Amino acid sequence: MNFEHTEDRRMLADTLNRFITEQAGIEARHAAAASAQGYSAANWSALAEIGAIGALFPEADGGFGGEGFDVAVVFEALGRGLVIEPFLGALVVGRAIAAGGSDAQKAQLAALMDGSLVTALAHDEADAHYELAHVKTQATHNEKGWLLSGRKGVVVHGEQAGLLLVSARTSGASDDEVGISLFLVPGNAAGIQKKGYARIDGGRAADLVFDQVQLGEEALLGAEGQGFALLEQATGWALLALCAESLGAMEVAKQHTLEYLQTRKQFGVPIGSFQALQHRMADLLLEVEQARSAVINAAAAMGDDRVTRERALSAAKHSIGRIGTLVAEESIQMHGGIGMTWELPLAHYAKRLVMIDHQFGDEDHHLARYIELGQA
Amino acid sequence: MDLNFTPEEEAFRTEVQTFLKDKLPERLQNKVKQGLRLSKADMEAWHAILHQRGWLANHWPEEWGGPGWSAVQKFIFEHECALAATPRIVPFGVSMLGPVLIKYGNEAQKRYWLPRILNGEDWWCQGYSEPGAGSDLAGVKTSAVLQGDHYVVNGQKTWTTLGQHANMIFCLVRTDRDAKKQEGISFLLIDMNTPGVEIRPIITLEGEHEVNEVFFTDVKVPVENLVGQENKGWTCAKYLLTYERTNIAGVGFSVAGMEKLKALASRVKHKGKPLSEDPMFAARMARVEIDLENMKTTNLRVIAAVAGGGVPGAESSMLKIRGTEIRQEILSLARRAMGPYALPFIEEALSEGYTGEAFGPDGAASAAAAYFNYRKLSIFGGSNEIQKNIISKMILGL
Repeated sequence: MNFEHTEDRRMLADTLNRFITEQAGIEARHAAAASAQGYSAANWSALAEIGAIGALFPEADGGFGGEGFDVAVVFEALGRGLVIEPFLGALVVGRAIAAGGSDAQKAQLAALMDGSLVTALAHDEADAHYELAHVKTQATHNEKGWLLSGRKGVVVHGEQAGLLLVSARTSGASDDEVGISLFLVPGNAAGIQKKGYARIDGGRAADLVFDQVQLGEEALLGAEGQGFALLEQATGWALLALCAESLGAMEVAKQHTLEYLQTRKQFGVPIGSFQALQHRMADLLLEVEQARSAVINAAAAMGDDRVTRERALSAAKHSIGRIGTLVAEESIQMHGGIGMTWELPLAHYAKRLVMIDHQFGDEDHHLARYIELGQA
Repeated sequence: MDLNFTPEEEAFRTEVQTFLKDKLPERLQNKVKQGLRLSKADMEAWHAILHQRGWLANHWPEEWGGPGWSAVQKFIFEHECALAATPRIVPFGVSMLGPVLIKYGNEAQKRYWLPRILNGEDWWCQGYSEPGAGSDLAGVKTSAVLQGDHYVVNGQKTWTTLGQHANMIFCLVRTDRDAKKQEGISFLLIDMNTPGVEIRPIITLEGEHEVNEVFFTDVKVPVENLVGQENKGWTCAKYLLTYERTNIAGVGFSVAGMEKLKALASRVKHKGKPLSEDPMFAARMARVEIDLENMKTTNLRVIAAVAGGGVPGAESSMLKIRGTEIRQEILSLARRAMGPYALPFIEEALSEGYTGEAFGPDGAASAAAAYFNYRKLSIFGGSNEIQKNIISKMILGL
């Protein structure tokens, strides 16, 4: 039993934390988030250079990490810095390619890891409400390969991605696990309409409309109709990453709130001397420690059998969804009026914490999934 | 980062499991499993079995009869005991007084009292709380006045758990009325058979006699029964309250309780299906199970920190708060699972050898009583609100 990270991971975390504090301050983040691109290309390549993307992949795929705890360390640091660069897309798409790709498809991993190729997962659809098997987008086989049609919602960095991982139905009904296929689609393929918008937690996303997009045979990732397992596996990495990101953001929100309680005076004394606030803060601390344990449990389960792994991931995402929202709400409340202002960095952490619960399944979704997996 | 125990620790776990399988009497195990009342003889019998193996005082130094276990080993032992449904170790002598004597007692006191704790000659109870001093422990008023070679003690203690079985009580008494609150308190060992000591039962809400009031009227206590220095008893009290609290979360009890609850919820039917498949009940169970999974890791993190030379300190307050909340929630769900059969309260059914009719699902007789009894978890040992004060002061610096 040992809860210390390895020397390598500690160094990676230190490097990332230093970069994030020195280079990527909150003002720079605001500017990048408001830009047309929705993130900073300079930050992205600088982070790629210090190995933040490579750490997400095993050596066999050209990276230098790739275990659960590597991913957790990177994303916890990204969460601390409220980083908006397209790491999640790189992780999910990259891990899917690494797990199911042909040699030709895997050849794209090098560009993905050096940051020159931005990738995004285009999976969510209207009415899915987090149900992974809900896919209505259609792909039909023709003489040239595959013809793709449908609409994908809230594709993070969907406008900028050079490569999209798109789920589509090649057979079966809209909620069947069987019949889902995955396709690697160039971001500039003819027939894709990108309806971009800003996100409330910073940066951009887009709804993507695929209208008779012609793909070659080589676009299919993995076996036809058998994409669900690969999708679930890739999504699992996203769950772990979001949980760790949330933990990093919680830590900062907690720290800011604690400092505020120690310095803000009302009735002539620091507000932290009031027991009503002390107990709320003690609760917060306790919940954040439980969240940290949830992330550790999830990271440790990444190598386990499917049910053990997915249960640990759902347990973690449920915990993180509940606790992240709590930390956001409590931090704003304990700050009082100032917590309501754009000017305060905390407010942006709070928004991200709540929005993480809206990505890849919320607290309720994962509680139900945890129960279902237990009954299987 | 590695959540697994070492092969040596796993071997130790096997050793404990084998011991429990061989030595835990089935009769005692069944009583604990069914939530039946344990007699004084039951508890003494389990102490004797552990003592014979040298595992009773498992956190004492080897010099005084402890096994020399690491923090991890102690955790494994308590966890396995909870899973096997052993009677608990009565903590007052072994876990509370013992460590204080070892740290603050003089040679004569250690040599006389410690072996008697181990061999069961003395049954100790705790004289801390008073009617006017609960969470505010430093408010003790029971007085001890030195007269020649003895103290004369007057006052009242309360919430004295299992005091009805005890022949000895360790007390916080005020020896200096003029000193500031925490100063002027002394730590005194009192023979319950001394003239002037009177014990009266307090019946708790579920009808049990577990706690007592103890009254002292001009009780003469030999001066050699003072532990540590006069007026420095607060140091002993504080030490006792922070000592060895890495298992305060009771994770083993919760894991055992969770298993019991799941088995129960799969037996009880609702709409023709097991209650465990009812979405509302399943959600309640899953929530607490997830919280418990997180708690297990939180607890191990604290133990790993202690094993690495750290002091649990205020982290034990986190374990106490969330650990007791989880235990209470599991008991609350077990009560809910009984449906209307949580209502019948047949007192005799809680004793061994009841042959009358049993009503409702297995375990129904004790479910509500256990739920009510264990409301105490978040109150005793420093209420959960006091624990939040400690976190706020010691960890957050507020």
